[in-house]
Amino acid sequence: MAFSNLSDFLAMGGYGFYVWLSYGISALSIVLYIIFVRVQGKKIISDMYAQQAREARIAKAKAEEKI
Amino acid sequence: MFTWLHPYAKTERAYALCQSLFPYFLSAAILGLVIGLVWGLAFAPPDYQQGDSFRIIYIHVPSAILAMGTYVAMATAGFVGLVWQWKTAYMSMIAIAPVGALMTFISLFTGAAWGKPMWGTWWIWDARLTSQLILLFLYFGVMALYAAFSDKQQAGKAAAIIALVGVINIPIIHYSVEWWNTLHQGSTITKIGRPSIVPEMKWPLLVSIAGFIGLIGTLVLLQLKNVILMREAHRPWVKKLLLTTPTKGGK
Amino acid sequence: MSPLMSIFKRDWQLAMRQKSEFIQPLVFFMLVITLFPIGVGPGLEILQKIGPGVIWVAAILSALLGMEKLFRDDFNDGFLEQIQLSGVPLALAMSIKVFCHWLLFILPLILVSPLLALFLNLTPAMYWALLATLLLGTPILSFVGAIAVALTVGLQRGGILLSLILIPVFIPLLIFATSVVDSAIFGLNYWPQLAIIGAMLCGAIAITPFAMSYAIRVSHH
Repeated sequence: MAFSNLSDFLAMGGYGFYVWLSYGISALSIVLYIIFVRVQGKKIISDMYAQQAREARIAKAKAEEKI
Repeated sequence: MFTWLHPYAKTERAYALCQSLFPYFLSAAILGLVIGLVWGLAFAPPDYQQGDSFRIIYIHVPSAILAMGTYVAMATAGFVGLVWQWKTAYMSMIAIAPVGALMTFISLFTGAAWGKPMWGTWWIWDARLTSQLILLFLYFGVMALYAAFSDKQQAGKAAAIIALVGVINIPIIHYSVEWWNTLHQGSTITKIGRPSIVPEMKWPLLVSIAGFIGLIGTLVLLQLKNVILMREAHRPWVKKLLLTTPTKGGK
Repeated sequence: MSPLMSIFKRDWQLAMRQKSEFIQPLVFFMLVITLFPIGVGPGLEILQKIGPGVIWVAAILSALLGMEKLFRDDFNDGFLEQIQLSGVPLALAMSIKVFCHWLLFILPLILVSPLLALFLNLTPAMYWALLATLLLGTPILSFVGAIAVALTVGLQRGGILLSLILIPVFIPLLIFATSVVDSAIFGLNYWPQLAIIGAMLCGAIAITPFAMSYAIRVSHH
């Protein structure tokens, strides 16, 4: 271990702000990206359901028209 | 020679490949990042010149190197698309782009956060920072061009051409910026452990790089699945895969 | 008259009918350069220091502005498709168009540059170096830019996209061009940098026509 206790570890020899800022923003941006991809994926699925519902409505309307 | 790749020209097979590769890249990412970063943050000895701030290297160097490597991967995917006309190649290319841009951003940000304590300034027109910034713009260009076309096959071709123009440019940008920088360099140049890096610092770095490769693979696979699904939404295999309720009178 | 000559003549005559079209980038060039003394103050030393860079940046922006119409009309009315169907090599035909475009849109910028050098307090030594870089470097802007123009010609909203794609690609040229003028300030030999720009130009003329014609084929469907 390069540090004797937790507060030394967090302080990073005086450079704590910069080190944790780097690690923090990097982690945050990766997490945000993953969230973005998941939200995008959910939207794809919900769009597909919406499209399916739309097609069903159209088919139903056409069937009623013919009657 | 690459006939084993041919099945992956079909989007369904490519999607299945994403699913099967995902666990491997995810494990590599988690293992590599956790081990490498914990080792680098807590166990590697402090640098005699830079103290503990050098620990930023474990994120900065992998992201910087891989930002460029990812660009080459993206351009290669584009090249495969142009030569063999594979949809999945174009899809891979455009899935890689945002991940590469993310890596470039991380390298720029961590570089700035490292530069502030070391050079006294958040930004400096250092050759590497400048090249990375231009690389970020190249990524944006590819993504913007792809987004501008509604016909995604055409979009893929156009973006692939621009990606290739960019890849030819990368060495030129690097050398010209380095050259420009040495002409105009006014402030002090800091040696960031250039001549030799002790094993206690080097090994966590290598593990981190492996972790980042896993991370990039994981993120690209996630994005690629979305790209495939978006473009193939009307296909039966996608409907079967995603829609849990059966279609009524559908195809 | 050879088909290539007739393509050149056609482009020339069409442009001449709408002279305002190529006056615009010229005026833009002068206006942008005029902004700098106003923005940074009239201090002669500063203007001289930033002068070559400002002229080159303004040239890049003006070139990007004028480049959009390079293939648009011929793409829209099917002229480029006609060329593909005729025996004329598309790459060559497009190069002629690019050259004609350079003569009409960019050469005026170079012709007006002495005046702008005066505005920015450049010394004669600096100006000759600048002129050399403009003569060798601006055709690179046109030829390499034409690839991106060919890719985006079918798009409704092109505009800023073209600049977004091309500016990173033009950065090395900008670096070498301003380095030439900087060397001129110190009386140093600037032939090496000029030679590199010349090499870029040769490479551009040799390779870009094929990329251009491929790009226009991509745009056609």
